[in-house]
Amino acid sequence: MDMHSLLVISVGAIFISNFVLHRFLGLCPYIGVSKQLDSAVGMGMAVIFVMTMASVATWLIYHYFLSPSPLNILFRLLMRGQGEPPDLTYLRTIAFILVIATLVQFVEMVIQKLSPGLYRSLGIYLPLITTNCAVLGVSLLNINEQYSFIESVVNGFTSGLGFTLALVLMAGLREKLELAQVPRSMHGAPIAFIIAGCMSLAFLGFSGLKF
Amino acid sequence: MDRSFYISPSPHIKDSDSIPHIMYWVVGALIPAGIGSVVIFGSRVLWIIAIAVVVSIMTEWICQLILKRPVRALDGSAIITGILVAYNVPAEVSWWIPAVGAFVGITLGKMVFGGLGYNPMNPALIGRAFLTASWPLQMTVFQTLPANGTLSGIDLEGIDAISSATPLNMFSQVREILLNVSQYSDRIDLITQAQVVETRLYDSTMNLLLGKIGGCIGETSVVLLLFGAAILMYKRIIGWKIPFFFVGTVAFFAWLFGGTRGIGTGNPLFHVLSGGLILGAFFMATDMVTSPVTFRGRIFFGIGCGVLTSVIRLWGGYPEGVSYSILLMNLATPLIDRVTLPKKFGGK
Repeated sequence: MDMHSLLVISVGAIFISNFVLHRFLGLCPYIGVSKQLDSAVGMGMAVIFVMTMASVATWLIYHYFLSPSPLNILFRLLMRGQGEPPDLTYLRTIAFILVIATLVQFVEMVIQKLSPGLYRSLGIYLPLITTNCAVLGVSLLNINEQYSFIESVVNGFTSGLGFTLALVLMAGLREKLELAQVPRSMHGAPIAFIIAGCMSLAFLGFSGLKF
Repeated sequence: MDRSFYISPSPHIKDSDSIPHIMYWVVGALIPAGIGSVVIFGSRVLWIIAIAVVVSIMTEWICQLILKRPVRALDGSAIITGILVAYNVPAEVSWWIPAVGAFVGITLGKMVFGGLGYNPMNPALIGRAFLTASWPLQMTVFQTLPANGTLSGIDLEGIDAISSATPLNMFSQVREILLNVSQYSDRIDLITQAQVVETRLYDSTMNLLLGKIGGCIGETSVVLLLFGAAILMYKRIIGWKIPFFFVGTVAFFAWLFGGTRGIGTGNPLFHVLSGGLILGAFFMATDMVTSPVTFRGRIFFGIGCGVLTSVIRLWGGYPEGVSYSILLMNLATPLIDRVTLPKKFGGK
C-alpha cells in the first residue's frame, strides 16, 4: 500500500477540504450539536464511526453490485456471466442512502446488546446522523475519486476526524461565547454561522498543502 | 478624634492601568515600525494607515450607536486593529483594500460578538484573511521597491531565470528547484542559479533586519518592531512566553526541515527575520483577548503557532503562514485554556 497517498488523503480530508469548513456538508449537526463540548465530542465519535462504516459498505456495494464490471455479483448470479455486465451506477445515491441508514440502525442494535457503555456514550447521535449529507457525501466522493478500498476507508475515517476537529473547536468557542454580550439579533444560529465562516477563513491557510 | 486607623475593603493596591492606557501603549509601540515603513516604501504608506485607522474607528462608533452600547470607539483598540490591518497589506494596494479590511475586521471580527473582550479571533487577522480570500492578487503581489534595496533583499545581477519576489517567495521557488533536482536535470544553469540565490538569501541578514525588502507595510522593519515589542515587554503589556515559543518553534522547524540538503541543514535566522513572523509573534499572537490565560496554555499556543507557520511556509500553498497560524490557534484558545487549567491545591 502506498503510504504517501494515504497521508495525502488524510491531510486533505482533515485540513484542506474539511467536510464542514471547505465542502459545507453536515452543517446541521455542526450548528445543532456544538453548544456543549461533551455532546460535541460524542457526536464527533459517532460521525467518525458512521463515516468509516459507510465507506466500507458503500464501496463494496458499488464495486460488487452496481458497477458494470465482470466482478459484479448480480451479473454472475443472474446472467451467469453471459453478455455485457449491467450498468446500475445510476442507482448509487438511493442505494447508498438505504444502505447507510440500514447499516447504522443495525449497528446501533448490535452495540446496544454487546456494549451498553458505548451505546450510552454515542446516545442519540448515532440515529441522528443516519441520513446526514456528510456521510452520503463521503461515500459518493470515494466513488468519484476512484479510491481503492483501503483509500476509501482511510478517507472515511479521516473525514470524520476533520468533522470532529471542526465541531470540537466550534463547541469550545460557543461555550466561551455564552458569557459574551452578543447582540440579541445574533443569538444562537446567526453567531454560530458567523463563527463557522471565520473558521472557514482560517482553514483557508491550509489550502495548497502538499508533501 | 484620631483617624489614623483606617479600615477599607479590598483591593488595597491600586493601579492606573485601564483599557485606553494599555491600548495607547500598544499604538505607541507600533508607531516606530510605521515610520520605518514610510521611509522604506514612501508616503503612500501613511495614507493606507490613515484610511484603515479612520475606517476602524468610524465602524466601531457606528456599530456601538446601532447596538445602543456606550460609545468607546476611541479607547484605542479600534486604532490598533486599523494599524494592524494596514501593516498586513502590501504598499501598493488600492485605497479601498485597507478600508474593506478594517470594516470587516471590526464588524465580523469583533462587534457581532459583543465588542472588545468577546472576539474569539484577532479582528485585524479576520480582516486580512478576508482580503486574501477575496482579492488574492492585490494581497500577495508585492511591487513597491524598498528605498535603496530590492524586493528580495539580495542582488540579482546575472540571475534571470527566477522571478523577483519577497525573500520568502524567492526561498520557496529556490527550495522547490533544489529539492527536485532530478526534474531539472536538463537545466543545470537553473540549479546553479538557485544555489547562488540560496547563499545570497542566507547572507542578506542585514537587509532583513533593516527591512530593505519587499513585503507587507508593517512587517519588514524587524529592528523597529523589536524595539516596540521591547517597550511593551518592559511595561508588562505583553508576556514573553508566546513570542518566545512561537519564534523558537519556527526557528527549530526551519533548521530541521527548511534546508535543501536534508534534515538539519536549514537556516533558522533567515526564517525568523523574513516575512511577518516578528510582527505576528509580538503584536498579534499576544492579543490579550484571543490568547490563552494560563501559563502552560501560552506555551502550547506559541508552539502551535510556530508549528502551523512552519507547515504552511514549507509545504503550504502560501509563502507566509503567520497570520493563518495565529487565527487557527485563536480558534483553539478556549480548548487550550480548558485543558491547561491549573489544579486546585489538593485537587486531583
